[in-house]
Amino acid sequence: MRENENQAVQSEHAAFPWKQVFGLLLSLALTFLALWVVLGLSLSVHATLTIIIGLAILQALIQLFMFMHFTEGTEPVHQIIGIAFGLFVTAMVVVLTLWILYYAI
Amino acid sequence: MMDSFIHFLLHRFFVTGDPMIYGADASIALASIGIVVVVTYLKKWKWLWKEWLTSVDHKKIGIMYIIAALLMLFRGGVDALMMRTQLALPNMHFLTSEHYNQVFTTHGTIMIIFVAMPFIFGLMNIAVPLQIGARDVAFPFLNALSFWLFFFGAMLFNISFVIGGSPDAGWSSYAPYAELSMNPGVGQNYYLVGVQIAGIGSLASGINFLVTILKMRAPGMTLFKMPMFTWSILITSVIIIFAFPAFTVALALMSIDRLFGAHFFTIASGGSPMLWANLFWFWGHPEVYIVLLPVFGVFSEVIATFSHKTLFGYAVMVWSMVAISIIGFVTWLHHFFTMGNTAEVNAFFSISTAIIAIPTGVKIFNWLFTMNKGRIEFSTAMLWALAFIPNFTIGGVTGVMLALAPADYQYHNSYFLVAHFHSVLIAGPVFGIFCGLYYWWPKMFGYMLNERQGKLAFWVFMISFNICFMPMYIVGLLGMTRRMYTYPAGMGWTPFNFIETIGAFGMGAGFLIIAYNIVWSTLKGKRDTTGDPWNGRTLEWSIPSPAPEYNFATIPTVSARDAFAVAKTQEDQENKKERQLFQPIHMPNNSGIPIIMSLFMFIAGFGLVWEWYWMVIPGAIGIVVCMIVRSFQYNDHHIISIEEIERTERAAGRLS
Amino acid sequence: MAQSPLRLHEKSRSSLPIEYSTPENDLRIVGFWIFLAAELVLFGTLFATYLVLQSHTAGGPAPKDLFEVGPVMIETIVLLVSSFTCGLSTIELRRHNKKGLIFWLIVTVLLGLVFIGFEVNEFYTYAAHEGATLSSSAFLSGFFVLLGTHGCHVSLGIIWITGLIIQIAKRGVTPVTARKAFIVGLYWHFLDVVWIFIYTAVYLTGWVM
Repeated sequence: MRENENQAVQSEHAAFPWKQVFGLLLSLALTFLALWVVLGLSLSVHATLTIIIGLAILQALIQLFMFMHFTEGTEPVHQIIGIAFGLFVTAMVVVLTLWILYYAI
Repeated sequence: MMDSFIHFLLHRFFVTGDPMIYGADASIALASIGIVVVVTYLKKWKWLWKEWLTSVDHKKIGIMYIIAALLMLFRGGVDALMMRTQLALPNMHFLTSEHYNQVFTTHGTIMIIFVAMPFIFGLMNIAVPLQIGARDVAFPFLNALSFWLFFFGAMLFNISFVIGGSPDAGWSSYAPYAELSMNPGVGQNYYLVGVQIAGIGSLASGINFLVTILKMRAPGMTLFKMPMFTWSILITSVIIIFAFPAFTVALALMSIDRLFGAHFFTIASGGSPMLWANLFWFWGHPEVYIVLLPVFGVFSEVIATFSHKTLFGYAVMVWSMVAISIIGFVTWLHHFFTMGNTAEVNAFFSISTAIIAIPTGVKIFNWLFTMNKGRIEFSTAMLWALAFIPNFTIGGVTGVMLALAPADYQYHNSYFLVAHFHSVLIAGPVFGIFCGLYYWWPKMFGYMLNERQGKLAFWVFMISFNICFMPMYIVGLLGMTRRMYTYPAGMGWTPFNFIETIGAFGMGAGFLIIAYNIVWSTLKGKRDTTGDPWNGRTLEWSIPSPAPEYNFATIPTVSARDAFAVAKTQEDQENKKERQLFQPIHMPNNSGIPIIMSLFMFIAGFGLVWEWYWMVIPGAIGIVVCMIVRSFQYNDHHIISIEEIERTERAAGRLS
Repeated sequence: MAQSPLRLHEKSRSSLPIEYSTPENDLRIVGFWIFLAAELVLFGTLFATYLVLQSHTAGGPAPKDLFEVGPVMIETIVLLVSSFTCGLSTIELRRHNKKGLIFWLIVTVLLGLVFIGFEVNEFYTYAAHEGATLSSSAFLSGFFVLLGTHGCHVSLGIIWITGLIIQIAKRGVTPVTARKAFIVGLYWHFLDVVWIFIYTAVYLTGWVM
């Protein structure tokens, strides 16, 4: 047990958390960029929605890869496939529901 | 004050006025008193609490699931017989229309949520850890919690018919009828809260078994060396994990509508009733596969075992289940083709539904080819598996007919549909459940179910099933719609309905023979001393029946599919020597928290049903306290010593 | 040493950080990832519901009439920063630095409380000053339940982290507390991801439409 405890990921020992700081700054930048696209630019509704959804997905990926240690573990493939399938089902429920009920929107 | 309280008790709290309900009241009271008296007389309370109610052992949890599911099957079956009695002849007044609506609602909900699901959870609890060479599931505590959530959810749903009144909006509870404005009273609340509580348990089980199968297989058992039943549970777990959250949300939204005045599915204030149908079936269609895929796994095991051959087309079986799990999430709209969708929407879902029939059809051929040139042994379990193939295929083929959106306008909500989904859900899950029950019974209890009685039950049930449901296809095409509580004479429906009722009672007789078989075999059944009564092919048959607490004294090493069949053909000598090298085994401690926490859930749920917030609050606090107590528990394992393992193994005849 | 109850394929565990140091921790972390995948579908369903009902204002206030840039941006920034501080706590955890771990968890909880405070204030403003309640329209039902579900998750996270801080203070950084701290971190980051989509699909989209 002792050995394991002492062998935490070396690069993170006593180093400045660049990854986290960079992730935070990037997230804030994307948040304000999205706000500017909505309030500052007057693009078409379609174009605006496309851009802000793209920015949101980008920001989610930053959280996933820079903050959540997504690819670590004994067999990270399990959580990667799990989250990927979750994203597939989530996409289906959102997109197909909107398509089915389009006339009601 | 007192008067209004009594008035409330007599007119809203207790269901009154129907002699059948009084009969139910009396039998529930008598059965409860009977259980308490017997357990007290035998001084078994402590034993019951320590060995069963607080158990985290997957084998005991599995048995409790199956006992509960059999009781629920009895109740759902009685509902079915009441409906068939009502419909036996035209213009019958055995049930009133309201009572009939309640009966078909509880029949559907109970059979899917409280019979098929727990039975499958029971079988997977019993078989999966044993098949993969594990000592328990990944999260034994959570497993117990799942069971008790299911159990108290089921109890909450079931008391509705004597306290407050049953739901009557159908198992699919379509809005706007299920909303408060058209459906006042507590019945629908019971549905929403009871099913919600059970559903949380199901989701937890899904996660538990996925992690168990991914992470806890015996050394050498790669994914593609797993038994097919384990594969089917892996895929089922994935579907549970991704389908149930949608149902959780749908139930919560309707509860918020009814209890707090929101407008998700109402007609007023911009609600969208169709959104309910959409969300319900987003879960509801994958749910069909949740109850079907596990029994596909059971049939795969049973057909291979009793054909004395390895399963034909193993990889194809696996990939077809993977395909089903993916396509199964994009077919749900076929349940409401006629609700007014665009042609593109209907076309997309019609095609996706037709496509999902392909992997299912592939599996049918695999089972047939497994039997090809096998030495088929007609045991009871095998008979159920054999009967499944043609009966289920009829359900599958009529399903493809219903999948064609234009034709569906003719079949929709007719008895043709009723016949279709009973063909699928009885020939699939029900046959599969009985098949698995006969197959794994010796592993669960250490004795066999009587084969002669079992075969009699099989023939009575299977033939009656066809007598009951084949005429429904015809009467459906003749125009009889589902959920009608009576019908006039002279429609040409009477003879069909009468035959169906005969079939339904035949199925009831079949069930009673199985119940008799269980009781008889418990008293006089043949002991399974070998642990391998069927000449099995997978690891669960390599250990004594019933399995010891720790399952495997030493964890086996696997080198091929059908691990035990391969091991039996090899020289055993080396293995036997190795077996002496026991090591102490860590096992999880029993815990009272799952049952207590679920009881608080029941209390909070009952309060929500009646909108008694003075009752919801202590229930909710109890739940949170249980979670905190659990979080602060650090010492939750015990160790089984080598001496104890040796003693147990010697008693089972595994050690000289 | 006693045999593990949960015998796994022995992968090289020694090169992994402390939260993965026992087989049981490994199971729990994967299990929690799968739980988060299920939560994705839960929130996805709520988003689908909200987006369908967004325009169903039934003559009441529309998104544009209610949402104000100031409070929304404060909530967003507070939650983003709390996700960052939570990330720092995981780093301190891997350094076995009990003090640093507790410090960053406390900061995270405080930021979470600030977020909840602003959200409650936002809800109160809508209900009390604009007459926009849960039962005003389908749009508002969707709004309050989507954001309320997220808010309940954050509140639960606050209670959870608080309980964990007590355990770490008592027991130090052990494999068990490390696993718990790592898992609560995953949960907290996940809630930030959900908020990003609330920010986009509810507020930004509300201003666009």
